[in-house]
Amino acid sequence: MSLTDLTIAQAGAKLAAKQISAVELTAAHNAAVAALNPRLNAFITTTPELALEQAKAADAMIAAGKAGPLTGIPLAIKDLFCTEGVRTTAASKILEPFIPPYESTVTAQLKAAGAVCLGKANLDEFAMGSSNITSGYGPVENPWKRYGSDAKLVPGGSSGGSAAAVAARMALGATGTDTGGSIRQPASFTGLAGIKPTYGRCSRYGIIAFASSLDQAGPMARTVEDCAIMLGAMSGFDARDSTSAERLVPDFRAATARSVKGLRIGIPAEYRVDGMSAEIAALWEKGVAWLREQGAEIVDISLPHTKYGLPVYYIVAPAEASSNLARYDGVRFGKRVDGEDLIDMYERTRAAGFGAEVKRRIMIGTYVLSHGYYDAYYLKAQKIRALMLRDFTLAFDKVDAILTPTAPSAAFGIGEKMDDPVTMYLNDVFTVPASLAGVPAMSVPAGLSAEGLPLGLQVIGKHFDEETVLTVSAAIERAVNFTAKPTLMAGAN
Amino acid sequence: MGYMLEGSTGAWEIVVGLEIHAQVISESKLFSGASATYGGAPNAHVSFVDAGFPGMLPVINQECVAQAVRTGLGLQAQINLMSRFDRKNYFYADLPNGYQISQFAHPIVGTGVVEIELQDGTIKHIGITRLHLEQDAGKSMHDQHPTKSVIDLNRAGVALMEIVSEPDIRSPEEAGAYVRKIRQILRYLGTCDGNMEEGSMRADVNVSVRKPGEEFRTRCEIKNVNSVRFVMHAVEAEAQRQIGVWESGGEVVQETRLYDPARGETRSMRSKEDAHDYRYFPEPDLLPLVLDEAWVEALKSKLPELPDDKRRRFCEQYGITFYDAGVLVADQTTADFYETVAKGRDARLAANWVSGDFFAALNRTGSTIETSPVSAAALGELLDLIGDKTINGRIAKDVFEIMVETGKMPAAIVEEKGLRQVTDTGAIEAAVAAVLAANPDKVAEYKSGKDKLFGFFVGQVMKATQGKGNPALVNEIVRAHLG
Amino acid sequence: MSLDTATVRRIAKLARIRVDEAEIATLQTELNAILGYVDQLNEVDVTGIEPLSGGAQMAMRLRPDICNDGEMPEKILANAPDRAGEFFAVPKVVE
Repeated sequence: MSLTDLTIAQAGAKLAAKQISAVELTAAHNAAVAALNPRLNAFITTTPELALEQAKAADAMIAAGKAGPLTGIPLAIKDLFCTEGVRTTAASKILEPFIPPYESTVTAQLKAAGAVCLGKANLDEFAMGSSNITSGYGPVENPWKRYGSDAKLVPGGSSGGSAAAVAARMALGATGTDTGGSIRQPASFTGLAGIKPTYGRCSRYGIIAFASSLDQAGPMARTVEDCAIMLGAMSGFDARDSTSAERLVPDFRAATARSVKGLRIGIPAEYRVDGMSAEIAALWEKGVAWLREQGAEIVDISLPHTKYGLPVYYIVAPAEASSNLARYDGVRFGKRVDGEDLIDMYERTRAAGFGAEVKRRIMIGTYVLSHGYYDAYYLKAQKIRALMLRDFTLAFDKVDAILTPTAPSAAFGIGEKMDDPVTMYLNDVFTVPASLAGVPAMSVPAGLSAEGLPLGLQVIGKHFDEETVLTVSAAIERAVNFTAKPTLMAGAN
Repeated sequence: MGYMLEGSTGAWEIVVGLEIHAQVISESKLFSGASATYGGAPNAHVSFVDAGFPGMLPVINQECVAQAVRTGLGLQAQINLMSRFDRKNYFYADLPNGYQISQFAHPIVGTGVVEIELQDGTIKHIGITRLHLEQDAGKSMHDQHPTKSVIDLNRAGVALMEIVSEPDIRSPEEAGAYVRKIRQILRYLGTCDGNMEEGSMRADVNVSVRKPGEEFRTRCEIKNVNSVRFVMHAVEAEAQRQIGVWESGGEVVQETRLYDPARGETRSMRSKEDAHDYRYFPEPDLLPLVLDEAWVEALKSKLPELPDDKRRRFCEQYGITFYDAGVLVADQTTADFYETVAKGRDARLAANWVSGDFFAALNRTGSTIETSPVSAAALGELLDLIGDKTINGRIAKDVFEIMVETGKMPAAIVEEKGLRQVTDTGAIEAAVAAVLAANPDKVAEYKSGKDKLFGFFVGQVMKATQGKGNPALVNEIVRAHLG
Repeated sequence: MSLDTATVRRIAKLARIRVDEAEIATLQTELNAILGYVDQLNEVDVTGIEPLSGGAQMAMRLRPDICNDGEMPEKILANAPDRAGEFFAVPKVVE
């Protein structure tokens, strides 16, 4: 088996047994990046030398008997995580020259665990998008192809670079962030597992903010177990983030080996939306069957405010974003475009630095917070958000986890769904409610579409019960036995 | 009838409310671990959080919260056990995040009251609307460079308390007394140094005028007034301006103005107003601020005695006048100094000495209580020497002057200079006899009814004893010899 | 509710984003599409509902008052597009 085709768990075992070295493993991935990234554009910045240095240090850790499960594991880091001394852009031109003098907590924890950083993965600009088309550094191509077609498909978004990198075997795993589905939807589009943990589980310190009350970091990898390994290293209390939860990090990996026997799995009626494709509906039915076969109890539930998730999200997230992105003013960091005076400088800098989607969201966010409209939009949205949280709380009195599709479709073509912004927003219809409620949710590969593209199912859990989410996801994974591989990947042809 | 301004159409009443911004005394900033100390090299007391770098998050400082609670308690105000922070969004070069973290909808402190005293002794209560915590901005400087404005973020993120009064103030004098009173309370509490020159306390003054008995008319806000005197002047100047506008048939427009001390007038800042819309919303990087009632109680139990309470106690405990007590409690150090001197001694005499000779000496030598050459213990010892009749009051003044000059203790000065009071009747008898013998004509005049000469004889005897004669004894013996 | 072009300009101004006249109409259409979409929230009765303003349902931790940050002006200034000595520099503001 090729080194780039290993899972994190397998690679970790080989490293620990000294069958391979971290330097070999990293070199193989550096080569894969060099070969594939020019085509897929999964990385904005690659750091092959840094990766080799880190691999050497990892080998030393292993030799010294200080290795953990991530020591020497090459990862892609979404370019929304600030990395000290390594350019961090959020896929925005406005941050093109930005070199953070600090490290995000999540990446610092991964570094401390001995993980290797291959580079900074592409994304939708400031994580605003579901396709990676909004990146200021060009779109990412999905390594998967429809049967008999060479059409370029999107990898999903916003963590599309992370998804493409892992799916194409350029990295064993990747960090992502999820605000309304940005880990789960690209995982679904690229045949990966990806979990958005509970809000507060992973520190947001050093992650460039999109919507503060929704943003959560999480892992993307080729198996549920790999996600569990990464999540263990990424999680934990951080005093530098006021919203970080003071909770112990459980043994996530152990949870992936547990049985779903006796677990109550909720099937929310409201996710059966109008116009759901037969393919997605059938996949969902299969998921129900797989869990039932393994001893889970299936319970019909209701999440009555589900349909308001998207409109609430498209008020709350842009509102927070409009404020979070005010700091990109050309004064202290990033790009500046000179102007006649201070205000002119701001306006030119921001006009040139932000792409169209970011500008749209800033404008919408500014509007819904503005005088006379706050109550009608923002306040109303926050009240409905409270109702959505209540929906989940009530549902979780009856069930241990909830099963839904991850996305309404498989990956679509670059250039499709571009008619108007709202069409694109509909991608997040199933992922947004868990984000608004702050509960953990995971996408796990569940099969291929008729066109040969991966489709995912979503498992939603209670606050801070990622373990059950992982248990259920792993059960689906075992039942699916997903062995399909993308067309474009390291080692292929 | 209260304070009125006379216009061409009759008397006008002034209505004033103040927003005082007070910098919180703390080691580090409200939401970061950078130093809150004044000064420093440019951009030195700045963390990535303060500079609004991508991915940086605020974490609140417990001491700043405690200081706000202490201040609220000192203003006899309601402490809100649940409060919250909001973002106030606007762009400015010295506001790194593009928003200020403040408390808009749910402040930490609710309504309270402050007692002010006017020149004529009138006591008035001024309502406090609220107190909230917020961040200070950085500093833009426009005169350091020919073509650029430059920015120092050292102050960015330092905690401020904004104390908002009710529109209860009715004259420039009341406005001044209110600001002074707030400053005194903050200093007693140790929550703000009240230094208006350095900008650690500044006031936004809301002024309107009305005919007596009317509803409120439109107000204007005069921003960033930085001394008590300027607050008083600004109120007066703005009120006169508004009266002028109304009386000439115009309409006062609600706006932000600036007080120009050089010209003694306010002017419009309308240019800066351009469509302000702060788009307040709950700060999503912070959680609700929930205070434990027991914690608030613990802060309350450790509050220092506040000036109003201290003043009343001084009156009762030391039997001094309300006025004198007011002078002595002006600040905590003076009050402590007085109490040290007064303890176990003639408290009224102590009050006279502290507010009289001692304050005069401080003024003359340009020193403060902390740097004074005369300590409370030394002044106390001087009072003891008077009390046990070692020296008389006249000599005490001389001894005090030597204390101020040399910093020596009074007993040592008395010994060294031989200033002990003469209480030996024999010595005084001899001195009296000598004085009378030397002035037979004056004795004759006295005896023929010129009573005023009694003082002359006493003075001569005191002179003969180099001022050390016990005044009572001298009086008694002179009278006996003349009688 | 739908936006007129004047509002689009006002919002752009508030957000400090320069918008060319040619872009106004497109932006207006796009923003109105989004606002039209979110208008469905009007059908929800939220009487008596407390708004949910944050992602986490807990009380805030308070940090001890310790100076442990700052004192690194070079790092603070290192990314600045323009500076004058130890200061950030911007076009001159006339007050």
